[in-house]
Amino acid sequence: MAVGVSSEWLNACSGCEISILNIGDALLDLIPSKLTLVHIPALVDSKYYGPLGDGSHVTLPEATVGFLSGAVRNQEHKEVAEEMRKKVKILVALGTCATNGGIPAQANMWPNQDIFDKVYKNSVTTEPVETPQDTVPSYTDRVMAVDEVVNVDIYMPGCPPHPDLIAEAVLALLDGKTEWKLDERSVCDTCPVVREKKAAGGADIKRMLQNVTYTPGEPVSQMRCIMEQGALCMGAVTKAGCAGKTGIPRCIQAYMPCEGCFGPIRKTANPLIDMVSALSSIGQNINSLLDRRAVLNRFCGAHGKLRPLPTPPKR
Amino acid sequence: MSTLINIQPVTRIEGHARVAIHLDQDGNVADAKFHVMALRGFEKFTEGRLVEDMPRIVARICGICPWNHHLASAKATDKVFGVEIPPTAEKLRRLAQHLAWIPDKLLHFYFLAAPDLLMGLNSDPSVRNIVGIAVQNPDLAKKVVHMRHKGAHLLEKWLGKVIHPMAAVPGGFSKPLLEDQRVEFLGETREQLEFAKFTIKFAKENVFPKYMDEIKTLGVIKTGFIGTVRSDGTHDIYDGNIRLMKPDGAYDDFSYDEYTDYLGEHVEPWSYAKMPYAKKWGAFSMDLDHPVGIYRSNALSRINVCDRMPGPEAQMELEEFRKSFGRPAQYTLLYHWARLIELVNNCEEAIRLLEDPEITGREIRTPVKVKAGRGVGCVEAPRGTLIHDYTGDDKGLITNVNLIVGTTHNQAPINMSIKQAAKLVIQNGKYDQGTLNHIEAAIRAYDP
Repeated sequence: MAVGVSSEWLNACSGCEISILNIGDALLDLIPSKLTLVHIPALVDSKYYGPLGDGSHVTLPEATVGFLSGAVRNQEHKEVAEEMRKKVKILVALGTCATNGGIPAQANMWPNQDIFDKVYKNSVTTEPVETPQDTVPSYTDRVMAVDEVVNVDIYMPGCPPHPDLIAEAVLALLDGKTEWKLDERSVCDTCPVVREKKAAGGADIKRMLQNVTYTPGEPVSQMRCIMEQGALCMGAVTKAGCAGKTGIPRCIQAYMPCEGCFGPIRKTANPLIDMVSALSSIGQNINSLLDRRAVLNRFCGAHGKLRPLPTPPKR
Repeated sequence: MSTLINIQPVTRIEGHARVAIHLDQDGNVADAKFHVMALRGFEKFTEGRLVEDMPRIVARICGICPWNHHLASAKATDKVFGVEIPPTAEKLRRLAQHLAWIPDKLLHFYFLAAPDLLMGLNSDPSVRNIVGIAVQNPDLAKKVVHMRHKGAHLLEKWLGKVIHPMAAVPGGFSKPLLEDQRVEFLGETREQLEFAKFTIKFAKENVFPKYMDEIKTLGVIKTGFIGTVRSDGTHDIYDGNIRLMKPDGAYDDFSYDEYTDYLGEHVEPWSYAKMPYAKKWGAFSMDLDHPVGIYRSNALSRINVCDRMPGPEAQMELEEFRKSFGRPAQYTLLYHWARLIELVNNCEEAIRLLEDPEITGREIRTPVKVKAGRGVGCVEAPRGTLIHDYTGDDKGLITNVNLIVGTTHNQAPINMSIKQAAKLVIQNGKYDQGTLNHIEAAIRAYDP
């Protein structure tokens, strides 16, 4: 009997859903013989208020496994998350937004009204108006990870998660397992570059205004570590897994530093603090990094990690 | 007694929306609205960021078209810092963009639109999806899943990530294309071109003729159009002037920096998404009989505004299309046809770039020095013209961002199309799930 799967996207971008499609040919081996998609707005015509649009509240079908991508930004996201939790046995937080808040949680650096004022009052192409409030759901007081509103059974971070990992988790669940998680390793643990344990040139972090040094055509394992070359690379404080089970971290493959898209290595880790020690271990000074708070919490602004700074008193 | 019909979520689109239809006591449509239910606030939370971090951040505006935001952003940062990128870097960016469009187009036609077109607008919702198509036509479904994935995989192989990329940087590109990859990709894109030609032939022979009535009536409105063209008027998705065409075909071409002279954004209190309009055409109105200032973006719009397509196969398709439907073509469901003309173009352009010996050049980035500045960077995304307007200070931190992006241009047209469609299909209170699906089908043409 095929296992029922339900999926919803909250404050999401749909990248995680496309990553599911990037499982590729194997998808047709799974669907429909092993998995039935009972609800997934991107692909299937399942509706909150029934097929005639006359229901009174958000209703989702039952399923064994539920995927939620995106963070919680407004009351409707909260409602959908709660309804999904009620209707599924195993809830998967799919992607970094659902797990840690993701890039949209950078909004937590501002009070909500500042965001609305910018969009509806201070835009060069918009005549100032009041924030839309008719029918549209109101904001929650901050962007939240899914587990800040409902219990999550499985976390699958990544921006987006690699399709191999999604497939692995789905096969595990089909096999009757109720747990799946990524190892608590860092991106550096999976990165084959040359390391000399010291910065190549000076204590200051170099902004990515020029390419790092590499030889085109040579394997990445012959390139000097990007962090040691002086760029800010989040590999040391970021969970491994972006290239699937094996494989070189994906941004490094394109000679760009890791930006931390899988989030912290473990739930309780604090990337800002951990990065200070990673940088000083090679003789680099974190104070040379501008926009520290946003950069080091780029993907994990939920769980209270990013909040509006108190406004300095006017003199 | 009046009735409210709540269609939510609108399915087989790329985002969140709700359609609310109000019927009067006779069961006829009094009003219909397309509510966009979410706002993330990129224009605000990117304030204070390092200018060079913007291309990676704003990719996350969309997980289906991240490459386009990434490139528009890189172009904006080039302008903020006042750098010209090396010629090879431009070719690499163009190549990446076409390679990103190919799976995007296949996704829309086969996974999102085809369930209506192949299974039928009134078919049971349980089969009206890619899985239903796979059960009915397993060979086609297998080929589609395979080709879409192969197309996406090229960018993964070359640049690490196809979703949320990082290779476009201020001053150029981070990684060259090697000769062995060039040869491999050439073979792959030639195969994609064959599949693109198969797809448009299949659609022209088996699909569009069956839907001529719907094409001529469903969601039909009269608007202007926006798109990017080269200085000679040829269709281009990476760079050129923005062409804004009136419903009668007259147009203005303007440079990116002039966009604020031509485009404004209207706000309704019942949708978070703003509604861009053509300021010079008069005061915004979505009245179905007398619309003012309304223009559309995305595939139909781009093929309307362009004088020609750059490659022979796509040009042939465009000429055939124009013989039947004229210029500008207004029928909303023709987006599906236009989308496939562009798919053929994406493949031809990718092949042309891969046949260019300069594509494996090693000079791919001009070094950048931080300076204050403002830059407007634009490209076409499949859904429409992307406008990324950035201002940075002398520390290279962002102080202001204005974004008008893709699908946003179609917010007012979508509202008009659903109102027209709802009035067309619902009379005297008679409707079923298939009727409501007709209204959604008018939305899906826009691929929002």
